[in-house]
Amino acid sequence: MSLEEALQRFVPNGASVVMGTALEALIPFAAGHALIRQRKKDLELIGPISDMLFDQLIGAGLVRRVTAAWVGNVSAGLGHNYRRAVEHRIPRSLELEEHSNFSVGLGLLAAAMGVPYLPTRTLLGSDLGLRNRRIAAAPESGLMHVQAIEPDVAILHVQRADAEGHAHCWGNLGITREAGLAARSVILTAEEVVPSDVILSDPNRILLPPHRVSAVVHAPFGAHPSPVQGCYGRDHAAFSEYHRMSRDREGYLQWLQEWVLDVPNLEVYCRKLGKRLDALRPTRARLAAPVDYA
Amino acid sequence: MSSAEYTPQELMVVAAAREIADGELVFVGMRLPLLAFGLAKRTHAPSAIGIFENGLVRDHVPPPDLYTMSDAPNVCDGAWATGLVDVMQLLQRGDVNLGFIGGAEVDRFGNINTSVIGSADAPQVKLPGSGGGADIACLAQRLVSLMEHDRRRLRERVDFITSPGYGDGTPDWRQRQGLVRGGPSAVITTLGVLRFDPSSHEAFLASYHPFTSPTEVQANTGWSLQLDEDCAPTPPPTPDELRLIREADPHGFWTR
Repeated sequence: MSLEEALQRFVPNGASVVMGTALEALIPFAAGHALIRQRKKDLELIGPISDMLFDQLIGAGLVRRVTAAWVGNVSAGLGHNYRRAVEHRIPRSLELEEHSNFSVGLGLLAAAMGVPYLPTRTLLGSDLGLRNRRIAAAPESGLMHVQAIEPDVAILHVQRADAEGHAHCWGNLGITREAGLAARSVILTAEEVVPSDVILSDPNRILLPPHRVSAVVHAPFGAHPSPVQGCYGRDHAAFSEYHRMSRDREGYLQWLQEWVLDVPNLEVYCRKLGKRLDALRPTRARLAAPVDYA
Repeated sequence: MSSAEYTPQELMVVAAAREIADGELVFVGMRLPLLAFGLAKRTHAPSAIGIFENGLVRDHVPPPDLYTMSDAPNVCDGAWATGLVDVMQLLQRGDVNLGFIGGAEVDRFGNINTSVIGSADAPQVKLPGSGGGADIACLAQRLVSLMEHDRRRLRERVDFITSPGYGDGTPDWRQRQGLVRGGPSAVITTLGVLRFDPSSHEAFLASYHPFTSPTEVQANTGWSLQLDEDCAPTPPPTPDELRLIREADPHGFWTR
Protein backbone atom coordinates (compact mmCIF):
# COMPACT_ATOMS: atom_id res chain seq x y z
CA MET A 1 0.00 0.00 0.00
CA SER A 2 1.28 3.49 -0.70
CA LEU A 3 1.67 6.01 2.10
CA GLU A 4 -1.04 8.16 0.55
CA GLU A 5 -3.50 5.24 0.32
CA ALA A 6 -2.85 4.20 3.92
CA LEU A 7 -3.46 7.71 5.22
CA GLN A 8 -6.59 8.10 3.11
CA ARG A 9 -7.97 4.86 4.43
CA PHE A 10 -7.03 5.04 8.13
CA VAL A 11 -6.87 8.75 8.97
CA PRO A 12 -10.27 10.36 8.42
CA ASN A 13 -10.86 14.01 9.22
CA GLY A 14 -11.27 14.43 12.98
CA ALA A 15 -9.14 11.37 13.77
CA SER A 16 -6.88 11.14 16.83
CA VAL A 17 -3.36 10.23 15.69
CA VAL A 18 -0.43 9.19 17.86
CA MET A 19 2.97 9.95 16.27
CA GLY A 20 6.54 10.66 17.30
CA THR A 21 6.36 7.94 19.92
CA ALA A 22 10.12 7.24 20.13
CA LEU A 23 10.75 10.87 21.19
CA GLU A 24 13.52 12.41 19.05
CA ALA A 25 14.07 9.30 16.89
CA LEU A 26 11.89 7.57 14.27
CA ILE A 27 9.49 10.50 13.84
CA PRO A 28 7.22 9.79 10.83
CA PHE A 29 7.80 13.10 9.05
CA ALA A 30 6.93 11.70 5.61
CA ALA A 31 3.51 10.64 6.88
CA GLY A 32 3.01 14.02 8.55
CA HIS A 33 3.83 15.88 5.35
CA ALA A 34 1.48 13.62 3.35
CA LEU A 35 -1.31 14.42 5.85
CA ILE A 36 -0.75 18.11 5.10
CA ARG A 37 -0.93 17.48 1.34
CA GLN A 38 -4.17 15.52 1.84
CA ARG A 39 -5.60 18.61 3.60
CA LYS A 40 -6.83 16.67 6.62
CA LYS A 41 -9.03 18.58 9.04
CA ASP A 42 -9.55 18.71 12.80
CA LEU A 43 -7.00 16.10 13.82
CA GLU A 44 -6.09 15.37 17.42
CA LEU A 45 -2.34 14.79 17.74
CA ILE A 46 -1.14 12.56 20.57
CA GLY A 47 2.49 12.10 21.58
CA PRO A 48 5.08 12.48 24.32
CA ILE A 49 7.38 15.22 23.07
CA SER A 50 7.19 16.29 19.47
CA ASP A 51 10.47 17.34 17.95
CA MET A 52 9.13 19.75 15.30
CA LEU A 53 6.51 17.53 13.57
CA PHE A 54 3.49 18.67 15.61
CA ASP A 55 4.57 22.30 15.13
CA GLN A 56 4.56 21.80 11.35
CA LEU A 57 1.08 20.24 11.35
CA ILE A 58 -0.31 22.91 13.70
CA GLY A 59 0.97 25.66 11.40
CA ALA A 60 -0.70 23.99 8.41
CA GLY A 61 -4.06 24.25 10.17
CA LEU A 62 -4.83 20.50 10.38
CA VAL A 63 -4.96 20.29 14.13
CA ARG A 64 -7.89 20.81 16.49
CA ARG A 65 -6.44 19.31 19.66
CA VAL A 66 -3.00 18.42 21.04
CA THR A 67 -2.58 15.76 23.73
CA ALA A 68 1.12 15.84 24.57
CA ALA A 69 3.81 16.46 27.16
CA TRP A 70 5.94 18.88 25.15
CA VAL A 71 5.70 20.61 21.78
CA GLY A 72 8.74 22.38 20.34
CA ASN A 73 12.12 21.84 18.71
CA VAL A 74 14.54 19.92 20.91
CA SER A 75 17.83 21.38 19.64
CA ALA A 76 16.51 24.83 18.66
CA GLY A 77 13.87 25.87 21.19
CA LEU A 78 10.20 26.87 21.29
CA GLY A 79 7.70 25.84 18.63
CA HIS A 80 6.72 29.05 16.86
CA ASN A 81 3.55 27.68 15.28
CA TYR A 82 2.48 26.13 18.57
CA ARG A 83 2.94 29.53 20.24
CA ARG A 84 1.05 31.40 17.49
CA ALA A 85 -1.86 28.95 17.71
CA VAL A 86 -2.17 28.99 21.50
CA GLU A 87 -1.41 32.67 22.04
CA HIS A 88 -3.09 34.22 18.96
CA ARG A 89 -5.25 31.45 17.41
CA ILE A 90 -3.17 31.57 14.22
CA PRO A 91 -4.00 29.76 11.99
CA ARG A 92 -6.70 28.47 14.35
CA SER A 93 -7.34 27.85 18.05
CA LEU A 94 -6.10 24.66 19.71
CA GLU A 95 -7.52 22.56 22.50
CA LEU A 96 -4.73 21.40 24.78
CA GLU A 97 -4.55 18.34 26.97
CA GLU A 98 -1.16 18.78 28.63
CA HIS A 99 0.59 15.77 30.09
CA SER A 100 3.97 14.66 31.36
CA ASN A 101 5.83 12.04 29.34
CA PHE A 102 4.97 9.38 31.92
CA SER A 103 1.26 10.24 31.98
CA VAL A 104 0.96 10.05 28.16
CA GLY A 105 2.69 6.66 28.32
CA LEU A 106 0.40 5.46 31.12
CA GLY A 107 -2.73 6.63 29.29
CA LEU A 108 -1.72 4.62 26.22
CA LEU A 109 -0.67 1.66 28.37
CA ALA A 110 -4.09 1.68 30.07
CA ALA A 111 -5.76 1.49 26.65
CA ALA A 112 -3.28 -1.21 25.60
CA MET A 113 -4.18 -3.21 28.72
CA GLY A 114 -7.91 -2.69 28.28
CA VAL A 115 -8.41 -0.92 31.62
CA PRO A 116 -10.09 2.48 32.16
CA TYR A 117 -7.17 4.06 34.03
CA LEU A 118 -3.81 3.39 35.69
CA PRO A 119 -2.68 4.74 39.07
CA THR A 120 0.61 6.59 39.45
CA ARG A 121 2.61 8.75 41.83
CA THR A 122 3.59 11.21 39.16
CA LEU A 123 1.95 14.65 38.80
CA LEU A 124 0.95 14.80 42.50
CA GLY A 125 1.40 18.49 43.37
CA SER A 126 1.67 19.57 39.72
CA ASP A 127 -0.85 22.04 38.27
CA LEU A 128 -1.00 19.84 35.15
CA GLY A 129 -3.43 17.56 36.98
CA LEU A 130 -5.81 20.49 37.64
CA ARG A 131 -6.32 21.25 33.96
CA ASN A 132 -6.35 17.82 32.35
CA ARG A 133 -9.62 15.90 32.36
CA ARG A 134 -7.82 12.59 31.99
CA ILE A 135 -5.73 13.06 35.16
CA ALA A 136 -7.39 13.15 38.59
CA ALA A 137 -6.31 12.63 42.19
CA ALA A 138 -7.89 9.61 43.82
CA PRO A 139 -8.26 10.56 47.50
CA GLU A 140 -8.83 7.00 48.72
CA SER A 141 -5.44 5.80 47.39
CA GLY A 142 -3.53 9.08 47.47
CA LEU A 143 -2.48 8.43 43.85
CA MET A 144 -3.19 10.05 40.51
CA HIS A 145 -5.35 8.15 38.04
CA VAL A 146 -4.55 8.56 34.35
CA GLN A 147 -7.45 7.60 32.12
CA ALA A 148 -6.91 5.46 29.05
CA ILE A 149 -5.93 7.19 25.80
CA GLU A 150 -7.16 5.18 22.80
CA PRO A 151 -6.02 6.83 19.56
CA ASP A 152 -7.84 6.13 16.31
CA VAL A 153 -4.55 5.47 14.61
CA ALA A 154 -0.85 5.12 15.42
CA ILE A 155 1.70 6.04 12.76
CA LEU A 156 4.98 4.37 13.69
CA HIS A 157 8.26 4.43 11.80
CA VAL A 158 10.43 1.28 11.91
CA GLN A 159 13.67 0.08 10.36
CA ARG A 160 12.19 -2.95 8.60
CA ALA A 161 8.91 -4.78 8.18
CA ASP A 162 7.39 -7.49 6.05
CA ALA A 163 4.19 -7.09 4.09
CA GLU A 164 2.18 -8.91 6.79
CA GLY A 165 2.98 -6.40 9.52
CA HIS A 166 5.81 -8.09 11.40
CA ALA A 167 8.37 -5.38 12.08
CA HIS A 168 11.77 -4.92 13.68
CA CYS A 169 12.42 -1.70 15.49
CA TRP A 170 15.51 -0.93 17.57
CA GLY A 171 17.15 1.87 19.47
CA ASN A 172 15.20 3.84 22.07
CA LEU A 173 11.51 3.02 21.74
CA GLY A 174 9.84 5.71 23.86
CA ILE A 175 6.14 4.81 23.96
CA THR A 176 6.06 3.09 20.57
CA ARG A 177 4.90 -0.31 21.87
CA GLU A 178 2.21 1.22 24.09
CA ALA A 179 0.93 3.35 21.20
CA GLY A 180 0.83 0.38 18.82
CA LEU A 181 -1.10 -1.71 21.32
CA ALA A 182 -3.50 1.11 22.24
CA ALA A 183 -4.52 2.45 18.82
CA ARG A 184 -7.49 1.15 16.83
CA SER A 185 -5.36 1.05 13.66
CA VAL A 186 -1.60 1.02 13.17
CA ILE A 187 0.24 2.27 10.08
CA LEU A 188 3.88 1.24 9.92
CA THR A 189 6.20 3.28 7.72
CA ALA A 190 9.35 1.24 7.14
CA GLU A 191 12.83 2.04 5.87
CA GLU A 192 12.87 -1.41 4.27
CA VAL A 193 10.21 -3.95 3.38
CA VAL A 194 11.83 -7.38 3.61
CA PRO A 195 10.80 -11.04 3.28
CA SER A 196 9.03 -12.45 6.34
CA ASP A 197 11.82 -14.88 7.16
CA VAL A 198 14.17 -11.95 7.91
CA ILE A 199 11.79 -10.63 10.56
CA LEU A 200 10.75 -14.01 11.93
CA SER A 201 14.42 -14.98 12.39
CA ASP A 202 14.50 -12.68 15.44
CA PRO A 203 11.07 -12.70 17.13
CA ASN A 204 12.25 -10.96 20.33
CA ARG A 205 12.89 -7.81 18.30
CA ILE A 206 9.40 -7.73 16.76
CA LEU A 207 7.53 -4.59 17.75
CA LEU A 208 3.90 -5.75 17.73
CA PRO A 209 1.87 -8.86 17.05
CA PRO A 210 0.80 -8.76 13.39
CA HIS A 211 -2.95 -8.54 14.07
CA ARG A 212 -2.38 -5.03 15.49
CA VAL A 213 -0.94 -3.72 12.21
CA SER A 214 -3.33 -2.33 9.59
CA ALA A 215 -0.90 -1.19 6.90
CA VAL A 216 2.80 -1.42 6.04
CA VAL A 217 4.23 1.31 3.86
CA HIS A 218 7.69 1.40 2.31
CA ALA A 219 9.12 4.81 3.26
CA PRO A 220 12.92 5.06 2.96
CA PHE A 221 14.12 8.21 4.75
CA GLY A 222 10.53 8.55 5.95
CA ALA A 223 11.73 9.82 9.34
CA HIS A 224 14.16 12.44 7.98
CA PRO A 225 15.30 14.75 9.58
CA SER A 226 14.94 12.68 12.77
CA PRO A 227 17.43 9.82 13.29
CA VAL A 228 16.84 6.12 12.59
CA GLN A 229 19.24 3.77 14.36
CA GLY A 230 21.44 1.94 11.87
CA CYS A 231 20.08 3.89 8.88
CA TYR A 232 20.81 7.61 9.26
CA GLY A 233 21.65 10.24 11.84
CA ARG A 234 19.71 13.35 12.81
CA ASP A 235 19.88 16.19 10.30
CA HIS A 236 20.43 18.91 12.90
CA ALA A 237 20.60 21.67 10.27
CA ALA A 238 17.04 20.92 9.15
CA PHE A 239 15.80 21.55 12.68
CA SER A 240 17.62 24.88 12.99
CA GLU A 241 16.59 25.95 9.47
CA TYR A 242 12.93 25.23 10.22
CA HIS A 243 13.20 27.04 13.54
CA ARG A 244 14.60 30.12 11.83
CA MET A 245 12.14 30.04 8.93
CA SER A 246 9.06 29.50 11.09
CA ARG A 247 9.79 32.44 13.39
CA ASP A 248 7.10 34.43 11.56
CA ARG A 249 4.03 33.16 9.75
CA GLU A 250 5.25 34.24 6.30
CA GLY A 251 8.52 32.37 6.72
CA TYR A 252 6.67 29.26 7.84
CA LEU A 253 4.37 29.41 4.81
CA GLN A 254 7.40 29.72 2.57
CA TRP A 255 8.96 26.66 4.28
CA LEU A 256 5.66 24.77 3.89
CA GLN A 257 5.44 25.57 0.20
CA GLU A 258 9.01 24.58 -0.54
CA TRP A 259 9.29 21.40 1.57
CA VAL A 260 5.73 20.03 1.65
CA LEU A 261 3.27 21.49 -0.85
CA ASP A 262 5.62 21.67 -3.83
CA VAL A 263 6.91 18.15 -3.09
CA PRO A 264 4.42 15.54 -4.32
CA ASN A 265 5.83 12.55 -2.41
CA LEU A 266 8.70 11.10 -0.39
CA GLU A 267 10.67 10.07 -3.47
CA VAL A 268 10.79 13.65 -4.77
CA TYR A 269 11.61 14.89 -1.26
CA CYS A 270 14.64 12.55 -1.13
CA ARG A 271 15.76 13.62 -4.61
CA LYS A 272 15.51 17.25 -3.53
CA LEU A 273 17.79 16.53 -0.55
CA GLY A 274 20.23 14.55 -2.72
CA LYS A 275 23.72 14.23 -1.29
CA ARG A 276 22.63 15.75 2.00
CA LEU A 277 20.98 12.40 2.80
CA ASP A 278 24.12 10.40 1.95
CA ALA A 279 26.05 12.47 4.47
CA LEU A 280 23.69 11.28 7.22
CA ARG A 281 24.46 7.59 6.65
CA PRO A 282 26.60 5.93 9.35
CA THR A 283 30.27 5.76 8.41
CA ARG A 284 30.69 2.25 9.80
CA ALA A 285 28.45 -0.64 10.81
CA ARG A 286 27.75 -1.46 14.46
CA LEU A 287 26.40 -5.00 14.12
CA ALA A 288 25.04 -6.84 17.15
CA ALA A 289 26.31 -10.36 17.76
CA PRO A 290 24.03 -12.94 16.14
CA VAL A 291 21.47 -14.66 18.36
CA ASP A 292 20.89 -18.42 18.10
CA TYR A 293 17.25 -19.45 18.54
CA ALA A 294 17.91 -23.18 17.88
CA MET B 1 41.80 30.35 35.97
CA SER B 2 40.12 33.65 35.14
CA SER B 3 36.45 33.87 34.17
CA ALA B 4 37.39 34.95 30.63
CA GLU B 5 38.69 31.44 30.08
CA TYR B 6 35.35 29.69 30.46
CA THR B 7 31.70 30.46 29.74
CA PRO B 8 28.90 30.58 32.34
CA GLN B 9 27.50 27.43 30.70
CA GLU B 10 30.78 25.59 31.18
CA LEU B 11 30.76 26.55 34.84
CA MET B 12 27.14 25.33 35.10
CA VAL B 13 28.18 21.98 33.64
CA VAL B 14 30.96 21.68 36.22
CA ALA B 15 28.62 22.67 39.07
CA ALA B 16 26.02 20.15 37.86
CA ALA B 17 28.62 17.37 37.58
CA ARG B 18 29.61 17.98 41.20
CA GLU B 19 26.04 17.20 42.27
CA ILE B 20 26.51 13.62 41.02
CA ALA B 21 28.04 11.19 43.53
CA ASP B 22 29.82 8.06 42.39
CA GLY B 23 27.53 5.08 41.90
CA GLU B 24 24.34 7.13 41.68
CA LEU B 25 21.49 6.58 39.25
CA VAL B 26 20.97 9.86 37.45
CA PHE B 27 17.98 10.83 35.31
CA VAL B 28 19.95 12.85 32.83
CA GLY B 29 17.83 14.87 30.42
CA MET B 30 19.36 16.97 27.67
CA ARG B 31 21.65 19.90 27.07
CA LEU B 32 23.93 20.88 29.95
CA PRO B 33 22.97 17.94 32.25
CA LEU B 34 24.01 15.49 29.54
CA LEU B 35 27.44 17.11 29.46
CA ALA B 36 27.51 17.15 33.27
CA PHE B 37 26.80 13.41 33.41
CA GLY B 38 29.66 12.67 31.00
CA LEU B 39 32.02 14.95 32.92
CA ALA B 40 31.15 13.35 36.27
CA LYS B 41 31.72 9.88 34.81
CA ARG B 42 35.14 10.90 33.49
CA THR B 43 36.19 12.48 36.81
CA HIS B 44 34.83 11.73 40.28
CA ALA B 45 31.84 9.47 39.50
CA PRO B 46 32.97 6.72 37.09
CA SER B 47 30.26 4.32 38.31
CA ALA B 48 27.33 6.71 37.89
CA ILE B 49 24.54 5.33 35.68
CA GLY B 50 22.54 7.58 33.38
CA ILE B 51 18.87 7.15 32.54
CA PHE B 52 17.24 8.85 29.55
CA GLU B 53 13.48 9.20 29.25
CA ASN B 54 13.42 8.01 25.63
CA GLY B 55 14.11 4.55 27.10
CA LEU B 56 17.88 4.34 27.50
CA VAL B 57 20.18 3.44 30.35
CA ARG B 58 23.91 4.09 29.95
CA ASP B 59 26.78 3.03 32.16
CA HIS B 60 29.39 4.16 29.61
CA VAL B 61 30.37 7.79 29.04
CA PRO B 62 28.05 9.33 26.41
CA PRO B 63 29.66 9.95 23.00
CA PRO B 64 30.58 13.54 22.09
CA ASP B 65 28.58 16.03 20.04
CA LEU B 66 25.05 14.92 20.90
CA TYR B 67 22.20 17.26 19.98
CA THR B 68 19.50 15.04 21.46
CA MET B 69 19.43 11.99 23.74
CA SER B 70 18.06 9.95 20.82
CA ASP B 71 21.00 10.65 18.47
CA ALA B 72 22.06 7.22 17.24
CA PRO B 73 25.52 7.21 18.94
CA ASN B 74 23.89 7.55 22.38
CA VAL B 75 22.24 4.14 21.89
CA CYS B 76 25.53 2.39 20.99
CA ASP B 77 27.08 0.66 24.02
CA GLY B 78 23.86 1.30 25.93
CA ALA B 79 23.24 -0.70 29.09
CA TRP B 80 19.51 -0.99 28.26
CA ALA B 81 17.57 0.18 25.21
CA THR B 82 13.88 -0.04 26.00
CA GLY B 83 10.80 2.15 26.29
CA LEU B 84 9.84 5.22 28.27
CA VAL B 85 7.45 3.48 30.66
CA ASP B 86 10.23 1.06 31.71
CA VAL B 87 12.61 3.84 32.73
CA MET B 88 9.81 5.85 34.35
CA GLN B 89 9.08 2.76 36.46
CA LEU B 90 12.64 2.95 37.81
CA LEU B 91 11.95 6.56 38.70
CA GLN B 92 8.56 5.84 40.31
CA ARG B 93 9.85 2.97 42.44
CA GLY B 94 12.55 5.22 43.90
CA ASP B 95 15.69 3.87 42.20
CA VAL B 96 16.79 7.26 40.87
CA ASN B 97 19.04 9.29 43.18
CA LEU B 98 19.20 12.50 41.19
CA GLY B 99 17.23 14.05 38.36
CA PHE B 100 18.09 17.09 36.26
CA ILE B 101 15.68 19.41 34.48
CA GLY B 102 15.87 22.73 32.72
CA GLY B 103 13.29 25.36 33.44
CA ALA B 104 11.86 28.58 32.16
CA GLU B 105 10.93 29.87 35.63
CA VAL B 106 11.63 28.80 39.21
CA ASP B 107 10.31 30.31 42.43
CA ARG B 108 11.71 30.70 45.95
CA PHE B 109 10.36 27.27 46.97
CA GLY B 110 11.86 25.54 43.93
CA ASN B 111 8.65 25.05 41.93
CA ILE B 112 9.32 25.04 38.19
CA ASN B 113 7.16 26.37 35.40
CA THR B 114 7.71 25.16 31.85
CA SER B 115 4.05 25.46 30.77
CA VAL B 116 2.88 29.04 30.44
CA ILE B 117 3.77 32.65 31.22
CA GLY B 118 0.69 34.62 32.15
CA SER B 119 -2.67 32.96 32.69
CA ALA B 120 -3.16 29.40 31.48
CA ASP B 121 -6.40 30.46 29.76
CA ALA B 122 -4.87 33.47 27.97
CA PRO B 123 -1.13 32.88 27.81
CA GLN B 124 1.37 35.66 27.17
CA VAL B 125 3.91 33.00 26.21
CA LYS B 126 3.07 29.36 25.65
CA LEU B 127 6.07 27.30 26.73
CA PRO B 128 6.68 23.79 25.37
CA GLY B 129 5.45 21.92 28.48
CA SER B 130 6.63 19.34 30.98
CA GLY B 131 8.23 16.67 28.84
CA GLY B 132 9.53 14.38 31.57
CA GLY B 133 10.24 17.30 33.91
CA ALA B 134 7.19 16.89 36.15
CA ASP B 135 7.88 13.15 36.46
CA ILE B 136 11.46 13.78 37.54
CA ALA B 137 10.45 16.52 40.01
CA CYS B 138 7.80 14.27 41.57
CA LEU B 139 9.71 11.02 41.70
CA ALA B 140 13.51 11.45 41.93
CA GLN B 141 15.19 11.45 45.34
CA ARG B 142 16.85 14.82 44.60
CA LEU B 143 16.17 17.41 41.91
CA VAL B 144 18.66 19.84 40.38
CA SER B 145 17.42 22.40 37.86
CA LEU B 146 19.45 24.58 35.54
CA MET B 147 18.43 27.91 34.08
CA GLU B 148 19.40 31.38 33.02
CA HIS B 149 19.49 33.81 35.94
CA ASP B 150 17.09 36.68 35.33
CA ARG B 151 14.55 38.52 37.52
CA ARG B 152 11.77 37.39 35.21
CA ARG B 153 12.83 33.76 35.57
CA LEU B 154 13.59 33.57 39.31
CA ARG B 155 10.27 34.68 40.72
CA GLU B 156 8.54 34.96 44.09
CA ARG B 157 5.81 32.59 42.81
CA VAL B 158 5.60 30.95 39.40
CA ASP B 159 2.39 31.36 37.35
CA PHE B 160 2.00 27.63 36.99
CA ILE B 161 3.61 24.70 38.82
CA THR B 162 4.58 22.24 36.10
CA SER B 163 7.19 20.44 38.21
CA PRO B 164 6.60 20.66 41.95
CA GLY B 165 9.31 21.76 44.37
CA TYR B 166 8.28 22.58 47.93
CA GLY B 167 4.92 24.09 46.92
CA ASP B 168 3.99 27.02 49.18
CA GLY B 169 6.89 26.20 51.52
CA THR B 170 4.66 25.07 54.39
CA PRO B 171 5.96 22.07 56.37
CA ASP B 172 5.29 18.70 54.75
CA TRP B 173 3.75 20.24 51.61
CA ARG B 174 5.13 17.44 49.42
CA GLN B 175 3.90 14.73 51.79
CA ARG B 176 0.45 16.31 51.79
CA GLN B 177 0.34 16.08 48.00
CA GLY B 178 1.11 12.37 48.33
CA LEU B 179 4.71 12.64 47.15
CA VAL B 180 6.74 10.04 49.00
CA ARG B 181 10.22 11.48 48.46
CA GLY B 182 12.29 14.10 46.77
CA GLY B 183 12.35 17.83 46.33
CA PRO B 184 14.83 20.32 44.91
CA SER B 185 18.37 20.22 46.24
CA ALA B 186 19.91 22.89 44.00
CA VAL B 187 19.17 25.42 41.27
CA ILE B 188 22.23 26.06 39.13
CA THR B 189 22.00 29.33 37.20
CA THR B 190 24.19 31.43 34.95
CA LEU B 191 25.11 33.48 38.06
CA GLY B 192 25.25 31.10 41.01
CA VAL B 193 24.08 28.01 42.86
CA LEU B 194 20.97 28.16 45.05
CA ARG B 195 20.19 25.59 47.73
CA PHE B 196 17.20 25.12 50.02
CA ASP B 197 16.85 25.67 53.74
CA PRO B 198 15.81 22.32 55.26
CA SER B 199 13.18 23.82 57.55
CA SER B 200 11.78 26.82 55.61
CA HIS B 201 12.32 25.19 52.17
CA GLU B 202 13.29 28.62 50.86
CA ALA B 203 16.09 28.92 48.29
CA PHE B 204 19.22 30.76 49.40
CA LEU B 205 22.41 31.66 47.55
CA ALA B 206 25.02 28.99 48.32
CA SER B 207 27.67 30.26 45.89
CA TYR B 208 28.00 32.97 43.26
CA HIS B 209 30.01 32.52 40.08
CA PRO B 210 33.45 34.19 40.14
CA PHE B 211 32.53 36.75 37.46
CA THR B 212 29.61 38.14 39.51
CA SER B 213 28.86 39.18 43.11
CA PRO B 214 26.19 38.37 45.70
CA THR B 215 24.73 41.86 45.20
CA GLU B 216 24.42 41.34 41.44
CA VAL B 217 22.82 37.93 41.96
CA GLN B 218 20.33 39.40 44.45
CA ALA B 219 19.52 42.24 42.06
CA ASN B 220 18.68 39.70 39.35
CA THR B 221 16.42 37.61 41.57
CA GLY B 222 12.69 38.25 41.83
CA TRP B 223 12.49 37.83 45.60
CA SER B 224 14.65 38.93 48.51
CA LEU B 225 17.28 36.22 48.12
CA GLN B 226 19.06 35.33 51.37
CA LEU B 227 22.78 34.50 51.41
CA ASP B 228 24.27 31.44 53.01
CA GLU B 229 26.58 32.49 55.83
CA ASP B 230 29.32 30.56 54.01
CA CYS B 231 28.39 32.00 50.60
CA ALA B 232 31.57 31.98 48.48
CA PRO B 233 32.52 32.01 44.82
CA THR B 234 31.62 28.83 42.91
CA PRO B 235 34.86 26.90 42.37
CA PRO B 236 35.81 27.49 38.71
CA PRO B 237 36.41 24.66 36.24
CA THR B 238 39.84 23.05 36.35
CA PRO B 239 41.78 22.89 33.07
CA ASP B 240 41.03 19.15 32.96
CA GLU B 241 37.31 19.70 33.42
CA LEU B 242 37.26 22.32 30.66
CA ARG B 243 39.13 20.01 28.31
CA LEU B 244 36.62 17.20 28.95
CA ILE B 245 33.63 19.51 28.43
CA ARG B 246 35.07 20.78 25.14
CA GLU B 247 35.72 17.23 23.96
CA ALA B 248 32.07 16.41 24.65
CA ASP B 249 30.74 19.63 23.04
CA PRO B 250 33.39 20.21 20.35
CA HIS B 251 31.43 22.87 18.47
CA GLY B 252 30.32 24.64 21.64
CA PHE B 253 26.69 24.11 20.61
CA TRP B 254 25.52 23.99 24.24
CA THR B 255 28.28 25.81 26.10
CA ARG B 256 29.36 28.74 23.91
